[in-house]
Amino acid sequence: MSEQKGMFGASGTGDTSGYGGLVRAANSPTSAQRPYGSYFDDVADELERAFPEFNDAIEKVVVDRGELTLHIKRERLFDVAKTLRDTDTLRFEVCLGVAGVHYPEDKSRELHAVYELLSMTHNRRLRLEVSVPDSDPHIPSLVEVWAGTNWHEREAYDMFGIIFDGHPALTRILMPDDWPGHPQRKDYPLGGIPVEYIGATVPAPDNRRSYR
Amino acid sequence: MSTFASSRETTEGTIYSVTGGDWDQVASEIGSAKEERVVVNMGPQHPSTHGVLRLMLELEGETITELRCGIGYLHTGIEKNTEFRTWTQGVTFVTRMDYLSPLFNETAYCLSVEKLLGITNDVPERATVIRVMMMEFNRISSHMVALGTGALELGAITPMFFAFREREKVLDVFEKVSGLRMNMAYVRPGGVAQDLPEGTVSHIRDLVKDLRKNFKDNADLLIGNSIWIKRTKDVGYLDLAGCITLGVTGPVLRSTGMPWDLRKTQPYCGYENYDFDVITADTCDVYGRFLIRMQELEQSLRIIEQCCDKLDALDGAPVMVADKKIAWPAQLALGGDGLGNSLEHIRQIMGTSMEALIHHFKIVTEGFRVPAGQVYSAVESPRGELGAHLVSDGGTRPYRVHFRTPSFSNLQSTSAMCEGSLIADVVAAVASIDPVMGDVDR
Repeated sequence: MSEQKGMFGASGTGDTSGYGGLVRAANSPTSAQRPYGSYFDDVADELERAFPEFNDAIEKVVVDRGELTLHIKRERLFDVAKTLRDTDTLRFEVCLGVAGVHYPEDKSRELHAVYELLSMTHNRRLRLEVSVPDSDPHIPSLVEVWAGTNWHEREAYDMFGIIFDGHPALTRILMPDDWPGHPQRKDYPLGGIPVEYIGATVPAPDNRRSYR
Repeated sequence: MSTFASSRETTEGTIYSVTGGDWDQVASEIGSAKEERVVVNMGPQHPSTHGVLRLMLELEGETITELRCGIGYLHTGIEKNTEFRTWTQGVTFVTRMDYLSPLFNETAYCLSVEKLLGITNDVPERATVIRVMMMEFNRISSHMVALGTGALELGAITPMFFAFREREKVLDVFEKVSGLRMNMAYVRPGGVAQDLPEGTVSHIRDLVKDLRKNFKDNADLLIGNSIWIKRTKDVGYLDLAGCITLGVTGPVLRSTGMPWDLRKTQPYCGYENYDFDVITADTCDVYGRFLIRMQELEQSLRIIEQCCDKLDALDGAPVMVADKKIAWPAQLALGGDGLGNSLEHIRQIMGTSMEALIHHFKIVTEGFRVPAGQVYSAVESPRGELGAHLVSDGGTRPYRVHFRTPSFSNLQSTSAMCEGSLIADVVAAVASIDPVMGDVDR
């Protein structure tokens, strides 16, 4: 994630407070080192055993706030997902959904798809994250692995424009079919309406001064 | 046909579109048509689709050959809107998603924010117990709507009156505690908005006895009722494998005999300290789901009783995290002009302490910063696993808020439950999923 400049979201004004020059780097969690702790080592070990191309498929492993995230190359996503579901010692039989996230500053990895997995057999959770460039927003569909991702992938397509290759019917799901653009991308405006009072207006939420 | 329908030629043959008119006449004319493939559009404004759900049914006679859901009619952009508000203001948005169980939305969201902040263990115990109590009351009020409207949609009117009579009393508790009957924004990051007003616990103890007695009214009307059994037994069948692959959770999953309840399997909010049972059925049908909801009411009452004991022991304890950089500064009080900042607090910030005024102003307008990262927290809502996936970039506003809502995932199973069954069974199947369209569309 990008660094943040200033404090009040406004620039070019006569800011004499000095806070305008503040630069803060946002510290995203970095790649974790072994041992990961909890059941995370077991999951990594078992996946490595069941999936020989493990090192090629996994971009990084993040352990943060008691949660395990595997960043996976999109070419390997389908095979990793199948392995996670079918291996006895892993058995992530439920995919709880797909959430898109748009990071415009993360160059050539702008669009992320985040999968929350659940193993009821072993009572474990796991997160998969796949990132693709804006110019080539293709990710293999996991509907064949978990049928329940069908609507979730349609939602991520609708809201972020991520194209899930192999999806049986990738159409918009929440927005009308002829809607232009993908509303939850960061470059899509909120479209707020200012609140008017007699003699004054309060700007719409997306135009208000924000305290970063 | 031509008297009612406009027709057009397509590659699949002549297509007649029928809207309105006398249905008996339309149906008799359809009977005389050569081919019997009929596509019926049900909803989105239909009294038995449980909200603005649109169903597209392809029929052969009265049998459904294909069913598709049309959703999005209640899409409100809540996830996008929260990106433009502070972390605390986010609560007022997410509470409006599943409007029948607002406290679960709030709690899932706040658990995620607290996890991001790393203050999960600092939330005061009294706040957690109040959360649990409010959630269980909310489970009762939500199941009451599910049972009442479900019965109404199948033609039984009295159960709805009984269900809404009890729900009303539960909403009175919400009003007494939070000031609002729904969309309360009562659970806040770090605790709850305010402590229980005086006399709440004794009121709740009386109410629990009352509810326990009155729940029997509905049970007597429906359990074993031969018409009810004929409409619900072996209807809307979905087995364990189907539930797992479709990501179905909640009562629908438990009706397959799978005792999966996050309160037991992955406890949060101290649920491991409460004594209650996970209710299952092994029939995989609408009747089983109905029985599960009926019996979960009693389990919720059991938890509420235990909450009352804990609350008595924790009387006077704080309900908001001690960290002043996160806790909402105001103490709310009921004045002549409604609920607002307490006079005492106003007196302090306006009269005696400039620093307190600055602090109040900063935390209310600017909010607090949340360290960068992403988390996912889930709670067992009345409909299944409700998860909040939150991403922070280190700022005072959420970078991304995504809710994994049980209604959205569960509604996908409608096709699997209904295809091959009769059209009347669709109503029963949808009612047994109990989707809330605000939760589906967000």
